[in-house]
Amino acid sequence: MANKIIKARDLSFYYGDFKALKNINIDVVKNEVLAFIGPSGCGKSTFLRILNRMSDLVEGTKVEGSITYNEQDIFSMDPIELRKGVGMVFQKPNPFPMSIYDNIAYGPRMQGIKKKADLDAIVEDSLKKAAIWDEVKDKLKKNAISLSGGQQQRICIARSIAMNPEILLMDEPTSALDPISTLKIEDLINELKKQYTIVIVTHNMQQAARISDRTAFFLLGELVEVGPTDKLFDQPEDKRTEDYITGRFG
Amino acid sequence: MKAKEKILYSLLGIIAFSTFGMLIWILSYIFIKGIGNVDLIGLMPAIITTIYMVVIGLVIAVPIGMGTAIYLNEYAKPSKFVKGIRFSTECLAAVPSILFGLFGMMFFVTQLKLGYSILAGGLTVALMILPTVVKTTEEALKTVPLSYREGSLALGASKFSTIMKVVLPSAVPGILAGIVFSTGRIIGETAAIYLTAGMVFRVPGNVMESGRTLSVHLYMLAKEGISLEQAYGTAIVLLMVVLGLNLLTYVIGRKMKNGK
Repeated sequence: MANKIIKARDLSFYYGDFKALKNINIDVVKNEVLAFIGPSGCGKSTFLRILNRMSDLVEGTKVEGSITYNEQDIFSMDPIELRKGVGMVFQKPNPFPMSIYDNIAYGPRMQGIKKKADLDAIVEDSLKKAAIWDEVKDKLKKNAISLSGGQQQRICIARSIAMNPEILLMDEPTSALDPISTLKIEDLINELKKQYTIVIVTHNMQQAARISDRTAFFLLGELVEVGPTDKLFDQPEDKRTEDYITGRFG
Repeated sequence: MKAKEKILYSLLGIIAFSTFGMLIWILSYIFIKGIGNVDLIGLMPAIITTIYMVVIGLVIAVPIGMGTAIYLNEYAKPSKFVKGIRFSTECLAAVPSILFGLFGMMFFVTQLKLGYSILAGGLTVALMILPTVVKTTEEALKTVPLSYREGSLALGASKFSTIMKVVLPSAVPGILAGIVFSTGRIIGETAAIYLTAGMVFRVPGNVMESGRTLSVHLYMLAKEGISLEQAYGTAIVLLMVVLGLNLLTYVIGRKMKNGK
């Protein structure tokens, strides 16, 4: 397994006195889809949000251990630089209340791209990659809030892609969506993994089985097991993993 | 049971209608009394002074007030200092306007030697509306969902550009509502302005001259018993200015909301 772009070593994370993550060791490999599963409160979302330091937004937290992104310690990096390489899609679609075009152009504009032709190209390319270009190409000036939930989520994915990140973090991206929109997002993830590395938190084990190359099972702040998805679901090494995937708890 | 509900329902209807009725009563009373005495040309000095006062008050209070609100809501961590700022803002909002007038007269007019001038008046009303601007802006910022901020930060935006490009634009309707309310207070103010800007009734050449706003003019007309008819005429103009401003902000707010 070459090309480990993220390496977490002995990572622990505290909310105040509460130890939410306990000595996590895990790598993220280039161009894989890595799924995090586990019951609510197991720390999977917390861990995901540390990877692009969105965890900084919460007061009173503490980190021990290390995470590197392309061999750089993420905690000593400028979070702005880190987030340019490690994008994020959230549980609830959160397009900005502005036009579809401005949503996608938001990131590139911030990086100083001003020429209309350049922006047009980025917007079209990003929307195409997010498989929503055909649905919105005639209404780019429309407010993104007016779209359906599933479309909004793909706009958010396109918005992240416009920054050309290396890794896309997805925090239960389909849990607020209907089954058809969910399917579209899953197809999209399959498409996106050719170019990007995807780390996805999901509540839905079938989803993890359908889309991921490797799966990590979290329980009570511990990383219980991580391995190829087929193997983790067919022959889990740990008894707790087996109990969880066979539905004995969680 | 059903009958009781019906009675309650109609009672509430009557109460609600009487609120509306009172507004109509006051407005129509003023209109009937004053419609023959509207003299826009004659009132021009007061209208221009009023506009001066509103512009100076807003130009000073809105940036300071918005800055304070942004600091409190976006940057400040909970501390005694922040609590102190919030508490004093609320106290300031409860201070009667005549006290602002008194302070303005002592400080701006006398101490800073601005004399009875539109500038002294404008500075005074700016102080007066400052807490309102802070409060309404803060409330407006609070209504902006955290998810917008997260979305922007996750794209590698700095905190500052997140506030400028995502948070503030989303808060515009609420901020505008606060500005309209503040404008209404400036237009309606008499005591604080009377004590600081004086009451010279002519078109002011610059902000260092004394001037008389519409409300002060109305007060003079009624109090001195000069002409009640003219007072009603002035009242109509005053109402029109307020109504016009409200409409204007409504239109601006809608334009901004629908995307430029």
